[in-house]
Amino acid sequence: MYQPNAGLSRMSGADRRLVRISNLEKKYQTRDGKAIHALADVNLDIEEGEFVSIVGPSGCGKTTLLKILTGVLSRSSGDILIAGSRLSGPSREIGVVFQAPVLLPWRTVIENVMVPIQVQKRDRAEFESRARRLLAMVGLAGFEDKYPSELSGGMQQRVGICRALVHDPSFLLMDEPFGALDAMTRETMNEELQRIWQESKKTVLLVTHSIPEAVYLADRVIVMTPRPGRIVEVIKVDLPRPRVLAMHNTAEFGKYVSAIRRHFNSAGKLDA
Amino acid sequence: MSAETRKYFNTAAGGFVLALTTFVAFIGLWEGAVRLFDVPKIILPPPTSIAVAFWSMLQGGELPWHTAVTLYEILLGFLLGALGGLLLGFGIALSPLSERIFYPYVVAFQTVPKVAIAPIIVIWFGYGVTSKVIITATIAFFPLLANAIMGLRAAPQDQVEMMETYTASRWQVFQLVRLPQALPYIFVGLDVAIVLSVIGAIVGEFVGSKAGLGYLILQKNFNFDMAGTFAVLIVLSLIGVGVHALISFVQRRIVFWIDVSGERVTGA
Repeated sequence: MYQPNAGLSRMSGADRRLVRISNLEKKYQTRDGKAIHALADVNLDIEEGEFVSIVGPSGCGKTTLLKILTGVLSRSSGDILIAGSRLSGPSREIGVVFQAPVLLPWRTVIENVMVPIQVQKRDRAEFESRARRLLAMVGLAGFEDKYPSELSGGMQQRVGICRALVHDPSFLLMDEPFGALDAMTRETMNEELQRIWQESKKTVLLVTHSIPEAVYLADRVIVMTPRPGRIVEVIKVDLPRPRVLAMHNTAEFGKYVSAIRRHFNSAGKLDA
Repeated sequence: MSAETRKYFNTAAGGFVLALTTFVAFIGLWEGAVRLFDVPKIILPPPTSIAVAFWSMLQGGELPWHTAVTLYEILLGFLLGALGGLLLGFGIALSPLSERIFYPYVVAFQTVPKVAIAPIIVIWFGYGVTSKVIITATIAFFPLLANAIMGLRAAPQDQVEMMETYTASRWQVFQLVRLPQALPYIFVGLDVAIVLSVIGAIVGEFVGSKAGLGYLILQKNFNFDMAGTFAVLIVLSLIGVGVHALISFVQRRIVFWIDVSGERVTGA
């Protein structure tokens, strides 16, 4: 399955850019009047079907950037285009996976996945079969009518992923989605996310604390540093697809990891 | 106690047997003590004479009639008070302006003991059931108001944000997240309010009335009929237990997701 050019094939003309972020700034004041420069001059283009990871220590503005992209947080200046139209608030083109699964405990698994469909008043029958297919894809067939409290943390997060995909958005945003899971479950989820991404052909932006996770999943890794939050380096990951967990031990993988970690030696706050 | 016995008492049937045994033992002890020490009936009547009084009041139609009057006052007062509390609570939780307008008066009103205003209400609305319904409503009002406000503000920020990222409107966030999140609080309010409603109706009847269980207690007491007074007390506690059980029954069905986790903790 070795495909040396799989990563390259995605690189083509400018017309394939799904997301364009230019000169993005975010400043705000804390309650005691301190001015915070959360994001400074962020420029980033993401191609259609691309998997991009953002790594950086706490306070580097990566979650702020993600919240601005989801539309719940406003920007101070700069421009964001998604699929050609300017972002001004939450968009149907976006699906979000949060740090915690954020499921509604009074709804069954399938009802939780259907939340975006209900909110956006789309055709219930049509999307319910899609929701069931997604649940089957993440290995949750047969769990449709269970309640979140009956599921493990990893299973709940998979429900969250299905909910983010159910309305068929073109852009999937993930905010440290596996941070709360144990190491073993996390690796399984990484494998699964890669498979979901390849099957669904979505464009993905993943915010993570973990450098190996970022390298393992991404076509490009965006490295951010704090005060003010900005992009310091963009590293293209030329590892073949599909990636396997054993790659973690290869010299090439290690080279990417250390190239990224070098930015944080002084901060020393990042996960292994 | 052996492990098997303890396990049995943890089951529903075992719990019932345990409660029944305790009850019978308590009644037996009471009866025995009153007879043994020859306690005067006017101080503490034995359970047997309470049972006789209860039966004759039941037969004479006296007890059913007064029970019906008091139940009517409790339920109507509770419904009106709870509904009013809920509506104002929703208004205050959803609109900062209405909070600034109404809340100071609500707090001031709540600091006044309702028992103290009962005589005024009886003068305004007479000795009939209306005054009791109003007293009960004023007492049932506040628990619902406070819990509705607290409940509607209890929705976790991450759930609200999740809804917003999926383009939910303010109304959708209210309907799909804030309201369900408020239900457990509202049921706590309902439970407190219905128990207080029993007190409200009795207090109203004590102040001035022509019928009801509170009126009956005063009448029996006046005639030194202690067995009769105790018989009325039994009916009152049955009403209290009954309305509380009714609320719990509905609660378990509507806010089932709280119960599920609760059962898991105790069942582990």
